[in-house]
Amino acid sequence: MSAAEKAQAAQSTRNGWLLSTPALVILTLFAVGPLMIVAVYSFLAPGQYGNVEWQFSLDGWRGILWTKDIFDDTYGLADANVTIFWRSIRLSVLTTLLTFAVGFPTAWFIATRPAKSRALWLFLITIPFWTNLLIRTYAINEVIRNEGLLNTLLLKLGVISAPIQLLYTDTAVFIGMAYVYLPLMVLPLFAAIDRFDMKLLEAAYDLYASRMQVLRRVILPIVKPGIIAGSILVFVPSLGAYVTPRVLGGGKQMMIGNFIDLQFGQGRNWPLGAALSLTLLVIVTAALLIYVKYANRDTAHGH
Amino acid sequence: MATKTFSVAKLPGFTTTAVLVFIALYLPIFTLVAYSFNASQSVAVWGGFSLDWYAKAWNNDQVKDATMRSLIIAVSAAVMSTAVATMAALGTTRRKAFKGQTFIYVMINQPLMVPEIVTAVSLLIFFGMIKQATGIQGIGYVIFAHAAFCIPFAYLPIRARLEGMDLTLETAAADLYASPWQIFRHVTLPLLLPGVIAGAMLAFVISLDDVVITEFVKSGGQDTLPTYMLGQMRRQLTPEINAISSMLLALTVVLLTAFFLLTRKND
Repeated sequence: MSAAEKAQAAQSTRNGWLLSTPALVILTLFAVGPLMIVAVYSFLAPGQYGNVEWQFSLDGWRGILWTKDIFDDTYGLADANVTIFWRSIRLSVLTTLLTFAVGFPTAWFIATRPAKSRALWLFLITIPFWTNLLIRTYAINEVIRNEGLLNTLLLKLGVISAPIQLLYTDTAVFIGMAYVYLPLMVLPLFAAIDRFDMKLLEAAYDLYASRMQVLRRVILPIVKPGIIAGSILVFVPSLGAYVTPRVLGGGKQMMIGNFIDLQFGQGRNWPLGAALSLTLLVIVTAALLIYVKYANRDTAHGH
Repeated sequence: MATKTFSVAKLPGFTTTAVLVFIALYLPIFTLVAYSFNASQSVAVWGGFSLDWYAKAWNNDQVKDATMRSLIIAVSAAVMSTAVATMAALGTTRRKAFKGQTFIYVMINQPLMVPEIVTAVSLLIFFGMIKQATGIQGIGYVIFAHAAFCIPFAYLPIRARLEGMDLTLETAAADLYASPWQIFRHVTLPLLLPGVIAGAMLAFVISLDDVVITEFVKSGGQDTLPTYMLGQMRRQLTPEINAISSMLLALTVVLLTAFFLLTRKND
């Protein structure tokens, strides 16, 4: 490289940084920086009326799973917290599984449409994706509440004699999350299936593979990156869900997001809220890192 | 040939499942819209067709205020995030990979990776400190919070557009003694414009839709349309919520259709 080329490369790098600076400043101030403050707050003591006392304390972190006995100051497992964590993980896993089970056939259906109508089907998946999450959650509320579409229909048909109480249960939160996050599963699956070479199916059938074998040994391995991407895209927001459990869980069927909210409101335990936030962030980051690792490995193998 | 591939690609039960999924996806939305035309006071009983709830929502001062505030925030956040995202996209594409580029990517995509509730709580604490120290209240906090999480949404379509753009036109302009600014103003920017508009529209929709971060960052009396609706959902529900939702839904569909036409035409 000549001196002139070197100078040009340095200039290019400088311009690259210079042009990115305004975005980086905004993101540092209003996205990344505040996370550092959360980290500091998680090691402080709670203030009596919310906020914090500026003294070092590990109670915030301890409070995630343990609770202090009010009589003898010993620590025991906090059952309520364990229930909330378990509900969050269980509902997020179930949501991921259900969205995959129905999302895969849907993505396959869209990808196998003729080119002209494919764009339309894809558009139909995209509309709910961009529609306000609150509106979609409320739409589910319209269907499952006691006087809602589902109960009215079942009552009229005589299937049930009294409305089923679905709203404000775990099931309601589960149905709601599967509904609002489904497009996040279908879109990456579609992208993977769209690249899939259908000639492979002919080859497999020519070699006397059954439909089940074709699905399990040909299709699924090849679209695996799409499956992993979709699962991460559904699992991550499910785990951090706040609006859906609040509206459909009615404040009782809390998930981690609502539990964090509680600490900054009635709970008046900001350090615990900060520690819970960081815990959620760590779990989500771990899931994303696993995804990146898998995605890189798959591209390394040339899929 | 095409029909043969199609039959091979058919898997048992897949079409049925897909059709049911589309029904399940749209039935709740149609129900919500249908009940916005309900004449009855309750959301439960159908009392005939009426536009009363639209009139009521239209004349509700709280709804009017919240709508205005939502639009002001969304426009400000979209303009701000699109401006800085355009610059960042120009800085991170069409040049040799440079040191720190990955860092810039990670920073720009950060809002996509952090759960909303975590960002919401962190901003609650951070802005709380600023408010206490300076005493400054106002809508600015919400705008800056929105501008930050809108950046990746504005950035992605602009970057995609830049990567697909032909460099030779700019080289030709340079050969004809255009100054770097003239090249940018008369060649790069017009070519880039569909990407910029697409990015701004995504940022606008994302800002308009936000509930969680706004709910934590706003001060009293700073409700946006979504946080107003969230507040109403705790009380007795009336079809007014359905009417507001339907209007917001219509706006989203219009914007999305425009977005698709915009990005498709220039492929």
